[in-house]
Amino acid sequence: MFLTYRKRWRWLWREWLTSTDPKKIGVMYIIVASLMLVRGAIDAGMIWLQQALASGAATGYLTAAHFQQIFTAHGSIMIFFVTMGFLFGLMNLILPLQIGARDVAFPLLNSLGFWLYVAGAALINLFFVVGGEFAAAGWLALPPLSELAFSPGVGVDYWIWSLQISGLGSLLGGINFIVTILKMRAPGMSLMKMPLFVWTSLCSMFLVVSAFPILAITLVLLFLDRFLGMHFFTSSFGGNPMMYVNLIWSWGHPEVYILMLPAFGIYSEIVATFSQKKLFGYKSLIGGTIGITLLSMLVWLHHFFTMGAGADVNAFFGIMTMFIAVPTGVLVFNWLATMFRGRIIFSSPMYWFLGFISTFTLGGVAGVLMGIPGVDFQVHNSLFLVAHFHTMVIGGALFGIFAGITYWFPKVMGFKLNEKWGKRAFWFWIIGFFVSFVPLYILGFMGATRRLDHYAASTGWQPLFITAAIGFIIIALGAAIQIFQIIVSVKQRKPARHASQLAGIAGGQNMDDPWNGRTLEWATSSPPPVYNFAIIPEVRDRDAFWAMKKESKVISHPANVKYQDIHMPKNTAIGIYISGFAFLLAFAFVWHILWLGLVGLIGAIVCVIIRSFDENTEYVIPAAEIARIEASFPVSFRASPDGIGTSRGIP
Amino acid sequence: MEQALQQHNTDDKTTFGFWVYLMTDLVMFAALFATFAVLRGNTFGGPGGRELFNLRFALLETFVLLVSSFTCGLASIAVQRGSKNQTIFWFVFTLTLGLTFLALELTEFSHLIADGNSWTRNAFLSSFFALVGTHGLHIAVGLLWMVVAMFQIWFKGLTSFIVSKLTRLILFWHFLDLVWIFIFTIVYLYAYV
Repeated sequence: MFLTYRKRWRWLWREWLTSTDPKKIGVMYIIVASLMLVRGAIDAGMIWLQQALASGAATGYLTAAHFQQIFTAHGSIMIFFVTMGFLFGLMNLILPLQIGARDVAFPLLNSLGFWLYVAGAALINLFFVVGGEFAAAGWLALPPLSELAFSPGVGVDYWIWSLQISGLGSLLGGINFIVTILKMRAPGMSLMKMPLFVWTSLCSMFLVVSAFPILAITLVLLFLDRFLGMHFFTSSFGGNPMMYVNLIWSWGHPEVYILMLPAFGIYSEIVATFSQKKLFGYKSLIGGTIGITLLSMLVWLHHFFTMGAGADVNAFFGIMTMFIAVPTGVLVFNWLATMFRGRIIFSSPMYWFLGFISTFTLGGVAGVLMGIPGVDFQVHNSLFLVAHFHTMVIGGALFGIFAGITYWFPKVMGFKLNEKWGKRAFWFWIIGFFVSFVPLYILGFMGATRRLDHYAASTGWQPLFITAAIGFIIIALGAAIQIFQIIVSVKQRKPARHASQLAGIAGGQNMDDPWNGRTLEWATSSPPPVYNFAIIPEVRDRDAFWAMKKESKVISHPANVKYQDIHMPKNTAIGIYISGFAFLLAFAFVWHILWLGLVGLIGAIVCVIIRSFDENTEYVIPAAEIARIEASFPVSFRASPDGIGTSRGIP
Repeated sequence: MEQALQQHNTDDKTTFGFWVYLMTDLVMFAALFATFAVLRGNTFGGPGGRELFNLRFALLETFVLLVSSFTCGLASIAVQRGSKNQTIFWFVFTLTLGLTFLALELTEFSHLIADGNSWTRNAFLSSFFALVGTHGLHIAVGLLWMVVAMFQIWFKGLTSFIVSKLTRLILFWHFLDLVWIFIFTIVYLYAYV
């Protein structure tokens, strides 16, 4: 019994934890992000419960100090460890497949990036285990509140270092995916033939490499203030707290689009697939995406119009903010036009997409409203703002993530998620969403500020707060249904798979291509072999796989194909070791332990040096082995290079 | 042939990736420069740059670093020629100059601190130490890298694996030189304008 347990551990270590396979790293990202989502959602529930209770004489069940820690945790975790984690997970899973690549550009950096993210996630929750407290300075830790004078505990230091480490992971991920996309596309896939998810991810990663260094420096400066007694953002000795606000938002606003853009890509794939049409206005979609990318770096000041920078500055940033609605509008109309006269299949990813369109439009209009500096002075730091950005992040990014997971689930696992329960979950989510956030819009207009742990009964806000809390319960039921959906799907998977194999070629309903997809990720088996494609497909069209199917350039059985040896990266544990040492270093910084810091620093450096001597980082899969693996898959479609073994396409 | 092609491909990717990394580093320095530019006047009653900086000394530092960039260039020519000994010779030169630069910088820092002008005194000095210190930290990393690289050349020779690594080291060193030019201009020269 013990032995089997131990064997499983070894298996876990060898096959998963040390893996450099982006598909496995992607799955691990999504698992960690899901756990963090539960953690962040519990925080959200606690906030809503407190606000529903604490009116008038009742003070609720939380102290003000505790409440502050909870909203800080909620914001930090949801942005850095949930949304970022999910997006990097999906990109790892799908991007290499979509560009017809076998791997990413830097497999080790990819693994390291993931483990840095894990180290950051561990650090931000570490206070549960070793004590200290969570930061209570809000999710962006604005000074002077986050300075030593006002936050003397270790909470802010935990916050700084967990973000620093996971941010470094994101930066490495950004570099990795930019090089992957620009250098590793299948032959024939020019930039203007890339799927939309690849385009939006590329833009998002450009934002990562241009914005995350600013975050890194901002966090370092805040830490230097706290650790070495410097005076960047202190309220005395010439420090300038508004400098921090400017710096953090010139990372923070691009960050919003780092989260949104990949979601836009996911929606684009889904709307084309389920409308069974090619995307309307491909070029304008890309133009819009690039427009958003550029404009997103010119709007950071709209987060603090109230700074008092003067009418000219505010007007500039206000106009830029409203400008950004133009490319975004282009995207929305293109999606609608794609649906127009399409034979729409209302599957659950499509439900999430339609939910997104409605919430996103609402949130977008609210955003343009707040882009007017005069209006912003009224609703600044109110619940109206809170409602606005939750509409964007939940209705935009999170729904996109759910849509993407549902859409690509069969590619990764080899079976579909249960559609019936998926749709039920969607209805709970969308209804719960409106029930919980529409009251916040109203409360914002009534003057309720954000981060309220208590309010007077005479304000008459309590019914609305209670409504919002009920909305949370509905959302929580939706999330429970999603967990149930996964359980049901796993239990039902055997018959489903069998049936699909029988239906196989005739209906095009096999799991390799369950949605009748258009892009290359469907041109291999589900789950894909470690090398993704036995033969690298050649791309002629925008919807590469769709065109192949149409022109019958798919092969139904890979028997008559000549395979070649494939070089793949070896697994490595270096990423785990470096992240482990980085974790120690960060922990030492939080608690001011010199020797531990040295251990962490020197350990990490030694790991890098040892790795730099290693020349044999790849292994070879011989052609015969590939033939054996390929033959073991059930009969299905493969992209074939032109001329080899064509047989029959999908009618 | 195909092996060589694959190797070339990998190099290409890695070098491009390294360029992207350098750009991220540049953004980081840009944020530090912006911070310095905003806070340089905030001396809180203390002395400003003109009183604190010795322009000649900074010029000396600049020369040392520029010459190290030149010897680093000579090293890269030696790499192209495939001469192992020459490569190591020029890297030793570069390393010595780099160490000299670091020593000069630390001397300057210690003088400032000894005179009571440490980073805790005001925002201007905080931003000065953060900006120049970050550059110095990069130099230290580059020097460590150079030592490791020389070991690798010594034991493995100028194989394509090593040469590709050296390309990136040389890029890194020139990059740091470039950043220093901006530091010299914006931090030191501008103090006298």
